[in-house]
Amino acid sequence: MDNFIKRYPLWSLIFFLLAAAFLCLVLAPWPPELVAVWGRKQIFLNALLGGITLGALYFLVAAGFTLIFGLMRVVNLAHGSLFLIGGYVGYEVATASGSWLLAFPTVFIVVGLLGLLMQFFIFSKMEGEELRQTLVSIGLSIVFADLMLWWWGGQSYSILAPQFLQGPMELPLVSNINDATGVVTWLRYPAVRVWILVAAIVIGIAMWLVLNRTALGMLIRAGVDDREMLAASGVRIHLVFLAVFGFGAGLAGIAGIIGATFQSLSPGEDTRFLLASLVVVIVGGMGSIVGAALGALIIGVAEQMGFVYAPTYSIVLTFLIMAAVLAFRPQGLLGTRR
Amino acid sequence: MSVADQAPRFASPADQRMWSERIPAPWWILGLILLLLPIVANNFWLFQIMGWTFILGMIGLSLMFLAGYGGMVSLLQMSIAGLAGYMVAILGPSGAANVSLGLSWWIVLPAAFLIAALFATMCGALAVRTDGIYTIMITLAIAAAFFYFTRQNYSIFNGYSGFNLVLPPKLFGVNWRDPLPFYYLTLACAALCYGAVVYLARSPFGLALQGVRDNPRRMAALGFNVTAHRVAAYALASVFASTGGILLVWQNAQIAPGTIGISSAIDVLVVAVVGGMRRPLGPFIGAFIYVLLQVFSTDILGFFGFSADRFKLIIGIGFLAIVLFSPDGVLGLWDRWRARMAARKAVATGGGA
Repeated sequence: MDNFIKRYPLWSLIFFLLAAAFLCLVLAPWPPELVAVWGRKQIFLNALLGGITLGALYFLVAAGFTLIFGLMRVVNLAHGSLFLIGGYVGYEVATASGSWLLAFPTVFIVVGLLGLLMQFFIFSKMEGEELRQTLVSIGLSIVFADLMLWWWGGQSYSILAPQFLQGPMELPLVSNINDATGVVTWLRYPAVRVWILVAAIVIGIAMWLVLNRTALGMLIRAGVDDREMLAASGVRIHLVFLAVFGFGAGLAGIAGIIGATFQSLSPGEDTRFLLASLVVVIVGGMGSIVGAALGALIIGVAEQMGFVYAPTYSIVLTFLIMAAVLAFRPQGLLGTRR
Repeated sequence: MSVADQAPRFASPADQRMWSERIPAPWWILGLILLLLPIVANNFWLFQIMGWTFILGMIGLSLMFLAGYGGMVSLLQMSIAGLAGYMVAILGPSGAANVSLGLSWWIVLPAAFLIAALFATMCGALAVRTDGIYTIMITLAIAAAFFYFTRQNYSIFNGYSGFNLVLPPKLFGVNWRDPLPFYYLTLACAALCYGAVVYLARSPFGLALQGVRDNPRRMAALGFNVTAHRVAAYALASVFASTGGILLVWQNAQIAPGTIGISSAIDVLVVAVVGGMRRPLGPFIGAFIYVLLQVFSTDILGFFGFSADRFKLIIGIGFLAIVLFSPDGVLGLWDRWRARMAARKAVATGGGA
C-alpha cells in the first residue's frame, strides 16, 4: 500500500478523491442541484444496494465455477443448470417441509452429489481434453434444461422468505432530510436481501480461510498452480477434484435457492446465471476466489446502475466492462497468466 | 484441441488432368442429385428442409472454418449471422416502417456484409486476446450480450418483436421466396461458401492458419503474425455466417431476438460437432440431421410414446452421444467404418494394397 502510494502518487490521489466522493454520495444527504441531475438519493442507494446484493448472488454462483475451472480446467457450462436445479429442488423442499432453512443443506447435498456424479462418471474420463469436456457440459446443459422443463413446466416459481426475514429493515444510511422539520429518514431495505448479503460475505470469508489456512486448501491451491506436480508428490488428486466439484456444484445449488427467494425461477434463468458467472470470472480472473468476489461486485452494481439510469443500454455497460478488461488485462483483474 | 488434423490433399505437379476429372465421382453424383432434386421433391422439402439445411450448414461452416482450421471454437457465428440479417431488416424495407430505412438492395446487402464483418473483426480481436478454452467462454458471453441487447433496444433493433415482412428483392422478376428459386439460391450460396472454404484451406493463408492452430509459437518464430491471422479468420468466417443469416431472414421473412438466442448459438455448435469439424462437408451433414430431427420430431417422439415437446432432449442426448463416443462427428464414424472395411478387405486379399 505504502509502496503503491510512493510509486504512483497521482493515481493514489485520484483513487482517494474518487473514494471520498463516493462515500459522500452514499453517506451525506444530497443537495437539490444533485437531485435535479441524478434523481432522488433513495433511487441511487437502492440501485447501489441492489447491485451489491445481486453481486453477492453472482459471487455464490461464480465461486464454484471459478474453483472448478482453476483446479480442473473444466469449463463447466452446465453450471447454470446446477443453479436452476438447486432452485427447483429447494422450492420443493421448502414447500413440502415448510422450512426455508432446511432447503439449504438438502439442496447442497443433492446438487453436490449431482456434481460428484458428473465429475466421477464423465469429466474424469476425459481429463486434459478441455474442448471435449466443454462440449459434454453443453450437451448436459441442454439435457438438464429440457428435463427440468418437462418436470417443472414453463411457469415461474418463487420461494417465500421465512417470517423473520420478511419486511424491510432500516439501514444506517440517510435517505432524505426534511428541510422544514429536520427529520431524518433512514433508508429502508428488504431484510432478506441484507441477510443474504451477510451470508454471502460469511461464505466468501470461510472459503478464503479454508483455501489459505487449512491443509485441504493448501492442496487445492497447489493443484491450481501445478496439477501434475501435486499428483506426482503422492496426493490422491482425484479425491481433491471430486471434493471441489461437489462443493462448487452444491454452492451453485444454494445460490439457486437464494435466486428463487430474490427473484423467481423459470426456464432460461440457467443461461442467465451461466452468462453472469462467465462474465464475472472473465472480469475477475479465472480460478481466483477474491477475483470472483470483485468481479461479481462490479458486474452486479453495473447491471443495477445501468438498469436504473440507462435501461435500454444496461447490457452494453456490462459488456463494455468485460471488453475493457479483456483488452487491457486479458487474464482478468486478479488472474494470473499461465 | 483435436478438431482437424488432415493436411489438405494437393494435386501434385504431375497431376495434369482437367479440373473436372480431378473431382471424384461421388461429388459429381451428389451435385447432380442436388441440382435435380426439385423434380422429385415437393415444396415443403425444397423450402423448409433443404433451404434450412443449407442456411444452417453455412453458419455451421463458418464455425467449422474457425474451429477446424483456426482452432478457435467460437459461439459467436449465430450472432454474426443474426447481425447481418438484422442489418438487412433495418436498412432495407420491412414491416416495422418506423425503424427500417427502406434503402434499396444494392446498398443494403454490401452494408450488411460489411457491418457484420466489422462486428466479427472487433469481437475476434477481443476473443484472440486469450486462447484455448477461453475463446468459447468469451464468445458465448458476447453472443449472450448481443442477444440481450437486441431484446432491450427498441430504437435500432426494435426490441422484443423484431422485424417482420423482410422480403428478398424481386431481382430479375423472380420472387426469390418461392420454393424453387429459394432452393437454388440457397444451394448456390452454400456451394459457393463450400468452395470458398475448400479453396481458402489450401491457400497460403489457410495453410498459415492451420500452422497457427498447431503451433502458434513456431509460426510466430517463423515471422507470421499469429494474432492477425486469427483475427482475419474471424473476418473471413463472418462472410459465410452473414450469407446464411441474410438467407435465414428471407426464409422466415422475419427476425427477432429469439433467432439469435443462446440456444441458437449452441445449435450451430451442435450442428458443426455432430457433422464433424474436420472437413467443410461436416456442418452440412450435421445441419441435415438436425433439420430432419427438428421437422420430424413429432413423429419420432410419438413413435416412442413421448410428447412432441421433447425435441431438445433428443438433440441433447444425440449431441452427448456424439461427443462421448465419436468426437469427430458423423464424418468421423464414416471414416472409421471405411478404414475398417479397407482393413478387412486387405486381410481378405492376403494383405498388400
